[in-house]
Amino acid sequence: MMKPRQQRFLWITAGVVALAAAGFFILNAFQSNLVFFFTPSQVVQGEAPEGRPFRVGGMVKMGSLLKDGENVQFVVTDFTHDVPVMYTGLVPDLFKEGKGVVAQGQISDGGRFTASEVLAKHDENYMPPEAQHALDEAAAAKAAQSIKTEQ
Amino acid sequence: MIVEIGHFALILAACVALLQGVMPLTGTATNNLRWQLLARPAAITQFLLLALAYGVLTHGALSDDFSINYIAGHSNSLLPIQYKVASVWGGHEGSLLLWVLMLSGWTVAVALFSRSLPLAMVARVIGVLGLISAGFLAFVLLTSSPFERLFPAPLDGKDLNPLLQDPGLVIHPPMLYMGYVGFSVAFAFAVAALISGRMDAAWARWSRPWTVVAWMFMTAGIALGSWWAYYELGWGGWWFWDPVENASLMPWLFGTALIHALMVTDKRGGFKAWAVLLAIGAFSLSLLGTFLVRSGVLTSVHAFANDPERGVFILILLALVVGISLTLFAWRAPKATLGGKIGLVSRESMLLANSVLLVVATAAVLLGTIYPLIVDALNLGKLSVGAPYFNAVFVPLMVPVIFLMVPGGIAHWRETRWQSLSRSMRIPAVAAVLVGLAVCFFTTRGTWLSGVGTALATWVIVGLVVQIIDRLSKPGRIAPSFWGMHLAHSGIAAIVLGVTLVSGYEEERDVRMGIGDSVSISNYTFELKDVVLADGPNYKALRANVAVSKDGVPFEVLRPEKRKYFSSNMPMTEAAIDSGWFRDLYVALGEPIAGEERQWSLRVYYKPFVSWLWGGAALMVLGGLLSVSDRRYRKSAMGVAS
Repeated sequence: MMKPRQQRFLWITAGVVALAAAGFFILNAFQSNLVFFFTPSQVVQGEAPEGRPFRVGGMVKMGSLLKDGENVQFVVTDFTHDVPVMYTGLVPDLFKEGKGVVAQGQISDGGRFTASEVLAKHDENYMPPEAQHALDEAAAAKAAQSIKTEQ
Repeated sequence: MIVEIGHFALILAACVALLQGVMPLTGTATNNLRWQLLARPAAITQFLLLALAYGVLTHGALSDDFSINYIAGHSNSLLPIQYKVASVWGGHEGSLLLWVLMLSGWTVAVALFSRSLPLAMVARVIGVLGLISAGFLAFVLLTSSPFERLFPAPLDGKDLNPLLQDPGLVIHPPMLYMGYVGFSVAFAFAVAALISGRMDAAWARWSRPWTVVAWMFMTAGIALGSWWAYYELGWGGWWFWDPVENASLMPWLFGTALIHALMVTDKRGGFKAWAVLLAIGAFSLSLLGTFLVRSGVLTSVHAFANDPERGVFILILLALVVGISLTLFAWRAPKATLGGKIGLVSRESMLLANSVLLVVATAAVLLGTIYPLIVDALNLGKLSVGAPYFNAVFVPLMVPVIFLMVPGGIAHWRETRWQSLSRSMRIPAVAAVLVGLAVCFFTTRGTWLSGVGTALATWVIVGLVVQIIDRLSKPGRIAPSFWGMHLAHSGIAAIVLGVTLVSGYEEERDVRMGIGDSVSISNYTFELKDVVLADGPNYKALRANVAVSKDGVPFEVLRPEKRKYFSSNMPMTEAAIDSGWFRDLYVALGEPIAGEERQWSLRVYYKPFVSWLWGGAALMVLGGLLSVSDRRYRKSAMGVAS
């Protein structure tokens, strides 16, 4: 029979081990569920991971939207590079050509981006910050490019 | 002119708030009785001034005064009257005004219902609340005044975001705010106890009913938000692990832990420092929630402002609150005496284990919520944390919490013999295992997850029935708080059951339909009869008539709409839902199919037990109500029994 003190020690050890295990699992789950964001330019330049979900955002290119029932195809652009996206399901109310969009999904075997989720904005005048970021980056890159060519 | 009166009242309120903060607190430090006596009248004056300011803004909305920038941005002359009233809190500035109004309302309640508390305690509590209010009023006045004029005034307003034009919105934000702000009272009591240096059981007893009421509002607010997302966003989802939802869930988890810790402090004198820490945490998380929601750092329907100055201001407020209160805590907490001895198997030990688990769960949610923001702020890239993370972490942490609810209720204070405890748990355990196995192996889509979920719900329900029978067999009057506790716990069981069954057995179909086409889910058949034009007060709509039959027998007609609002030209999906005790039928109308003659995409859902989520929350609120209605409780809250 254990003494009360030993028993208490055992319980506290068990508690610490349990907390450490919880921490380990939390960080593990965290690590594997981080979804990184890439701009269309980054995706085209091959910076996006293959076989792992990520987000791409920008504008829905004018004239690129093709709907066949619940199968939707469109092109996300930052006005420098384009990424074609395939999606199955109903798109959000505010999803339109020429408007901001963020798509989450992964690059499949054919090198195409298949979205599992399409996020548009909640408000007519609101731009998803990630999509705005993509446009700003591309605009900055273009500006830098034009300075270079002038020199 | 009337608008300027509102603005002026707001400025005066800020001055009064500062007085209400500084004078009573100084008065208690210097033993100046007259300054302490100022606390109550100052609180009431501040409330009247804020009510006037709020009334002026509401008047502006009702009378379509578009010369007020805020009204022009969030209302419209065609808006139905209830939404004009709601438009006052439909945006950043107005919702902050509501925030301070509610804070001041809580303060007045403390002032009125604390007649029998020691004056110094009341002065400290009202003083702390006054300082918080002064901080927020400065924020409103300096960065987000709702009374700014617009010149020239536009002919009409930009309208309220159509997503927010819904009865759910009229009540959801005020409820949630009452909860967020209500935790400031628990916080003020804790800080007052720290300042006084007397961390006895009395402060816990006094702050218990306040904490429970705040928690009730928070529960109702979160449930209403989830319900709104379910029927208004047109996706049929009820929880998205959206940062804004997390922002409300985190203080709720802390508040739940706090309620239980305060009970131990009150009854047994234990967990004093822990309860103070939880009270500080709950309110800090409420402020963090306000920051996340109001600073515009998030992509969300709630992110109104995109003004970094505002975010910085709230962050500074948050840092002050956390910094000062934790410094006080470090200074005073060593003085807290320990409660009675706690056995390893006792009610205290299980309550402690559960509150630790709730805090760990909160930390996990916090990590997933703010990590993307920190990474973005440090310019290390943009990323988001997917819902699978939250599910993978939150669900396993909640399993032991729910498991411990039963032995925690059965066990005695101080020490329980393991044998007697396990004897009482035998029936619930057998029932839970049987139900879990039956669901796992004998239902068509049963998995071990649905087995575990239903087993847990059974465990809690049978466990509380066993406890109630046991209590009824003993003599003595049963206090309402006993029923309150079990009602709230049965609400948890209902939510567990709802989550398990809707996640495991729901059926979703996105289909393309022409007139006369039909689709079947479970034993229901949905037939698209026709699609007609329909007009609303400030929108035009396409309305589908979908005839539903059950086992071939006509059952009812669901009418989902696709609306287009005039002012913003924004399309909106208005789902049609048939809610039942055991299942919801959910139909949303999508886009017309391009190039096809009269074909539409439709979303048809069969959601078993989804209404149990909100029913469970309602049970929890009722349970809280029963507890605070307890006469014993109220008497002790008045300080009579101290």
